[in-house]
Amino acid sequence: MSDLETFRQEARSWLKENCPASCQGDDNILPDILWGGRRQKIDEPDVQLWMDRLVAQGWTIPGWPKEYGGGGLSAEESKVLAEEMSAIKTHSPLYSFGISMLGPALLEYATEEQKREHLPKIASGEIRWCQGYSEPSSGSDLASLQCKAVKDGDDYVVTGQKVWTSTADVSDWIFCLVRTDPDAPKHEGISFLLIDMESEGVTARPIVLLSGASPFCETFFDGVRVPVANRIFEENKGWSVAKALLLHERTMLAGGPGRAPVSDERRTLLEVARDSMNAPTGPLPDKAVRAEIAQTEMDQMCYAATLQKVQDAAKAGKGMGPEGSMFKLYLSELGQRSADLRQRLNGADGLIWEGDEFHPEAKETTREWLYSRASTILGGTSEIQLNIITKRVLGLPE
Amino acid sequence: MTLILSEEQELLKDSAKSFVDDQWQLNQLRANRASPKTGTIDTGLWQQMVELGWAAIPFPEEFGGLGLGYAELGIVMEESGRKLLISPLLSSVVLSGSTIELAGNNDQKAEHLPKICDGSGLYAMAYQETSRHEPENVHAALTKSEGGYQLNGHKQLVINGGSANHLVVVCRSSGDAGDRDGLSLVLVDSKAAGVSIANNLLLDSTPSANITFRDVTISPEDILGEIGNAAEVLDEVYARAAIALSADMLGGIQSAFDMTLEYLKVREQFGAKIGTFQGLKHRAGRWFCEVELSRAIVLKALRSIDSGSGDLARVSSACKARCTATYQLSGKEGIQMHGGIGVTDEHDIGLYFKRARVTEILLGDASFHTDQFATASNY
Repeated sequence: MSDLETFRQEARSWLKENCPASCQGDDNILPDILWGGRRQKIDEPDVQLWMDRLVAQGWTIPGWPKEYGGGGLSAEESKVLAEEMSAIKTHSPLYSFGISMLGPALLEYATEEQKREHLPKIASGEIRWCQGYSEPSSGSDLASLQCKAVKDGDDYVVTGQKVWTSTADVSDWIFCLVRTDPDAPKHEGISFLLIDMESEGVTARPIVLLSGASPFCETFFDGVRVPVANRIFEENKGWSVAKALLLHERTMLAGGPGRAPVSDERRTLLEVARDSMNAPTGPLPDKAVRAEIAQTEMDQMCYAATLQKVQDAAKAGKGMGPEGSMFKLYLSELGQRSADLRQRLNGADGLIWEGDEFHPEAKETTREWLYSRASTILGGTSEIQLNIITKRVLGLPE
Repeated sequence: MTLILSEEQELLKDSAKSFVDDQWQLNQLRANRASPKTGTIDTGLWQQMVELGWAAIPFPEEFGGLGLGYAELGIVMEESGRKLLISPLLSSVVLSGSTIELAGNNDQKAEHLPKICDGSGLYAMAYQETSRHEPENVHAALTKSEGGYQLNGHKQLVINGGSANHLVVVCRSSGDAGDRDGLSLVLVDSKAAGVSIANNLLLDSTPSANITFRDVTISPEDILGEIGNAAEVLDEVYARAAIALSADMLGGIQSAFDMTLEYLKVREQFGAKIGTFQGLKHRAGRWFCEVELSRAIVLKALRSIDSGSGDLARVSSACKARCTATYQLSGKEGIQMHGGIGVTDEHDIGLYFKRARVTEILLGDASFHTDQFATASNY
């Protein structure tokens, strides 16, 4: 038996012994995502048990080294484990910006001591992280950021404001880009700091979007003392860390590897159209809408093939580079088109903001449509993605 | 199914690329317009392609083929499309060859497929009768006569029809135009009595013919498949052809894009390379995304033929619709970004713009395929 087959047997028997019956199968009680953090409460004892066992085994992030709370599995073994979990319809619900963005950057840039301090707490879900990048005056031109950190003994004193700090109001720590040298060229005076949200002088306030309440916040730093030991990589070299992290963010936004499964139990676009036209079977009476739905589905098919092609290339040893920008660009716009069509097809029901009598899906559809306008802005606007594609992939002059 | 090329496929791609670069010049398209043999093809070049085995790629070895698949045929189609090479790959190998392979009996396959594979026969398929690709809108009548059948009708847009010595003809043995039932397939010798061929040169220098059949005698041995029951075979043939044509289009798309990208990097105006202007740069970025999406769906679609996918109708329509749109974009943006030189006959970019329109109309435009995709999805 090959090593991989041996591992498959081991994984299978471990799952058999450790995964509670209620946490597997079609009717399992697992949430799609548990974000972790000190404020997280798990009500179901079985879910807590399953989480504890996954954490002890290092299988919330099977690919990370064991000494940092991972499972120390190879890419092939991780895949086998995922297959075995999916075979019994279970998953590891822990997912967070710590897992998808900060962790990979720490593995690349942090000191051994920093890795041992922070990675295990990400893997166990003990600490929930948020991201402090954008500022009111630094959106697309991120490197112009002004939030400053001035050295004072063994600390930095951080003063300034961050915006679009997703989930800052419920997170434990924030990873931040701060200016440590105001006189250097803009990319060369930035450092990457880890800040405890409970520090004196940190305030986070949620932002209300077109769609209503949102996970986004603005976060203020008023003379916050942060130990120098919390700086990742060299002083004024934070932009390198930031770029590496942005690549992981784009991969995540493009639905690349590592994305947690999200279930969609709503009607399909076609079902919405059939309901709206009162045409349960047969050709859709509105030919223009029929063509729009077909176009959306064909686009989705093309996107899926493109994603598969890149994943196949990765399996064959060719990694995903700046093409990640293309995925983010295309997926966000495709999502917008389809959210727009779905909302439009809800017609009169889709216009109701609050009320008693309308289709139960309409309210959510309308908010999703409004929120979708953010998808081509957050994580780098479409225009920034095009700058990256044309520079890094196409080699066009600047 | 993996969407990257195997080592063997990479080798095939390299050799196809060198062949096309060495043996074919885009100028040939300009020369064809002045040729007295308007509407016929360069059989010398085709013979060389045949010797490389290209015509034999998708057919079983027992009929003289190489026993490979559309994944491989798509590679040579893409490479020939890159330089807009004119050949019978689509008409003889894909359209006629697939029809004979899928509908023919063993004797018919044994007689005709080896001729396609070794180039001793040139085949063309006559299916279209109206301005649009409408697979069931067939009037050409196949009627019983003494000892056999008679064919009467008129076909247009028969690619390479003037060079072919055998014609595969879609006709109607019963029912009315528009019916799925009653479609039949026959083989006709292009020299047979009652066949008259009018040669046309299409706007991209592809040879095409309009063909009239008047009381043409068809012997029972030349009926392909069950009489009146050709619709399903034709579904498969048109799906394969739309995908293979998309591979050819992909080559052209990539060429037009590469050519224009290069121009953006060298052409200077206002004291700067025009590729530095965001007004052009971002359009190039979006164009690149379309090229990548087209490439992925072509790779997937070619492999869907080989794996016998049950979803071929939807995949082929998504593929042809996407490549049509991307080729149109490539022709238009290619010309616009080249500026004045782009609208001259001297520059090559316009040749791609022309081919984009011909390949768009052939086998159904984006609107046809969007409709077909919706129908195949049961809405």
